Amino acid sequence: MPLTIPKQRWTAEVQTATIGATEAEGGTRTSTVTIGGEQTLPFLHFDGETPNRPVIAMEVLDEQPSGWPEPLAQHYEDVWGDPAAWAQKAVEEFGADLICLRLLSANPDGSDASADQCAETIQSVLKAVGVPLIIWGCGNDEKDNEIMPFCSQAAAGERCVLGSATEDNYKTICASALADNQMIISESPLDINIQKQVNILVTDMGMDLANIILYQVTGGLGYGVEYAYSILERTRLAALDGDRMLQMPMLSIVGSEAWRVKEAWQSEEDAPEWGPLEKRGIIWEAATATLFLHAGTDILVMWHPEAVTRLRDHIDEMMSGESV
Amino acid sequence: MALTAMDIYKQLPKTNCGDCGIPTCLAFAMKLAQGQASLDECPHVTEDAIAALEGSSAPPMKTVTIGTGDKALDIGGQTVLFRHEETFRNPCGIAIQVNTSLSEEEMRERITTACNTEFDRVGMIFDLDLIALNDDDGSLPQAAQIATEVSTLPLMLMSDDPESMRGALEVCSEGRPLIYAAGADNFDEMTALAKEFSCPLAIRSQNLDELYELSEKAGEAGLEDLVLDSGARELNAVLQNQTIVERAAINEKIKPMGFPTIGFVVGNNEVEKIISASELIAKYAGIVVTDLLTREALLAMVTARLNIYTDPQKPIQVESGVYEIGEPDATSPVLITTNFSLTYYTVEADTSAGNIDAWVVVVDTDGTSVLTAWAAEDFTPEIIAKTIKECGIEEKVEHRIGVLPGGVAVLSGDLEQESGWNIVVGPRESSAIPTFFKTEYEQRIAGF
Ligand code: B12
Ligand code: SF4
Repeated sequence: MPLTIPKQRWTAEVQTATIGATEAEGGTRTSTVTIGGEQTLPFLHFDGETPNRPVIAMEVLDEQPSGWPEPLAQHYEDVWGDPAAWAQKAVEEFGADLICLRLLSANPDGSDASADQCAETIQSVLKAVGVPLIIWGCGNDEKDNEIMPFCSQAAAGERCVLGSATEDNYKTICASALADNQMIISESPLDINIQKQVNILVTDMGMDLANIILYQVTGGLGYGVEYAYSILERTRLAALDGDRMLQMPMLSIVGSEAWRVKEAWQSEEDAPEWGPLEKRGIIWEAATATLFLHAGTDILVMWHPEAVTRLRDHIDEMMSGESV
Repeated sequence: MALTAMDIYKQLPKTNCGDCGIPTCLAFAMKLAQGQASLDECPHVTEDAIAALEGSSAPPMKTVTIGTGDKALDIGGQTVLFRHEETFRNPCGIAIQVNTSLSEEEMRERITTACNTEFDRVGMIFDLDLIALNDDDGSLPQAAQIATEVSTLPLMLMSDDPESMRGALEVCSEGRPLIYAAGADNFDEMTALAKEFSCPLAIRSQNLDELYELSEKAGEAGLEDLVLDSGARELNAVLQNQTIVERAAINEKIKPMGFPTIGFVVGNNEVEKIISASELIAKYAGIVVTDLLTREALLAMVTARLNIYTDPQKPIQVESGVYEIGEPDATSPVLITTNFSLTYYTVEADTSAGNIDAWVVVVDTDGTSVLTAWAAEDFTPEIIAKTIKECGIEEKVEHRIGVLPGGVAVLSGDLEQESGWNIVVGPRESSAIPTFFKTEYEQRIAGF
């Protein structure tokens, strides 16, 4: 007697979202990125369709990072301080599907860049690359509320993804996105109920569900990855079970979280028992990304070009599999 | 899954004779359902009832033991498909592949390296689990001889040739190695060996239907300790097959599928192999076999396994109280942190790396990190001050200066008020603690 394949009958599917707008759609992007639409847990082709592959966004900082270990720094030293060149390198050399731009320079405790300066940065990056953009502020709520309307306007019509709307701070970003035809990231601190709450708040303001990407905070391997893994998995299960407020595609921050973990950057003198530094960080980023991918994420935000290449190959392999 | 008292009651004689020491059959059934009694305490229970109850109360996936003694490896026994439902049971075993064509010296070295590989993380030691001898030149018996001499880990014997397998088992079967594998071609010989030497047996098939058939046949032949390999090697097929086997076992209770699985790491380089290993660890492999033996790769694998298999409800924690780093005295600095193991041991490792003698006051935050605890109001000035007062640190040091993690700088004013201590805000990341003490600390406390 042959085995009856235990299929899972899901009642719903993940929302599809298209990031970026081409000229025909009112923007200037030369390509757009469509994600979501899964009818199954990751890559289980016997259970349902996965119409769109997960994508890799590469992160671009608008100022020179400090303290990056050599194996990472060596790939970006030549473009530090020039976000447009950095973005170009990420797309042309490393094959990024989209760019995740972080406006760290706006931080009032740091360079305290003005809204105008940030808007200029965005325009230069938009000019330098044709792929869609994800744009985050500096992490300081007050300052982000000040710069985001200008940043959003500078990219009006481009269908960028603006980060991020939180339970306590969503109005400004949401209003900007609505005004300029952008999408938003809806963020919660590893908490499904708060995530739903944020989504209710932004949809109450008029945000279309198709314009929302979920971000539920990430932790690197050995540093909280297990919590993020389970939140992604639970969210995806809820989506497939028909929970409208959790059906959007999900994003995971991989690069900065993985490289924050000591195993990724500690020097060899201080940690000889961990093996060569030039390999550790890449391995750490690749392992973290793999776990998120198999928990259901749709956008991996990454740093190291080799980890990016390997993950892209892995996604190819997962997508090209046939139903068993 | 677990039987209810009613399920059990239906199978009992319902005579309320009391011979089990409990006045009624129903009360006995309730005890049984709670695991406080065992079926054989009822002398009147019928054979049929025993079969019915034991059959349905058996866990959906068998726990299989490989090896003997304190290094024996338990795999399988899973009860859920998702770790948020309940902690995954036995963590997957990591097996290091050793080819038998290696020279004796190389083989000894590889096995010794694998056996000595361990990592210290959050105050616990993590190591590897199996040596997988891969018969790539027909010399498995000789390799098994060498391995029994040098290996402290249990063995897995990989050969399709029953003669080679017999030779190896004659040398090492006392250590209860895993026999890998019985396929359609050598099924009778391999199952006979597993029986003769009382060792667990892996079944390798061409596809899932064949896996089901072979597993069922092995069961009929009386073998109870099986490990399943669907034969897939392409990563996506592996993922789908692993999921199907796990669902068949746990959701559908299909008995021939109710065994742990084995997965093989594939890839052309270290990073690809780590990706493959991470997938196998997350998605249900009971054993992960790899030829990777570098520290950086194994560290990542061991960490991924720890993360996937930890209790999702209860973080690993240390007890609150005063801890010593190095040899602190009455003038040594006092660091304040939370009782999340990861947090405490990160701070401890960084502080010792800087050769700093210090006291650490560990506050009970239910095992949460500094920022999580702060956000959850488990790391408030009141709670920290209370710990400072009650943990005994005031008898150990003559000063009243505490160093607070930089991430919660906002607490410092209120904490000074509450505790009467002077508070210095330290760096955000504990990795900066050594530099902080070398360059800043003395100046910062000069005014107190
Ligand atoms: C994993 C995690 C969780 C897990 C809990 C894990 C745990 N056991 O703590 C879960 C999912 C349960 C969780 C829940 C919540 N979380 Co949480 N969580 C995280 C996450 C992803 C990682 C935390 C972690 O493990 N860090 C690693 C440890 C080692 O860091 P650490 O303790 O801070 O220690 C470092 C430093 O502080 C320093 N240090 C430590 N001690 C000392 C001592 C001295 C003297 C010095 C100098 C330095 C020092 O060195 C260490 C290493 O660098 C972070 C986001 C992130 N990526 O960091 C959010 C985060 C901490 N969580 C957050 C929040 C808000 C919450 C919730 C309140 C959300 C909610 N409402 O549900 C809940 C509260 C939980 C509760 N009610 O009990 C916020 C905190 C926001 C803020 N800035 O205040 C964060 C930052 C996420 C975010 N961006 O929103 N969380
Ligand atoms: S001994 Fe058996 S039959 Fe008698 S009361 Fe106990 S359970 Fe019932």
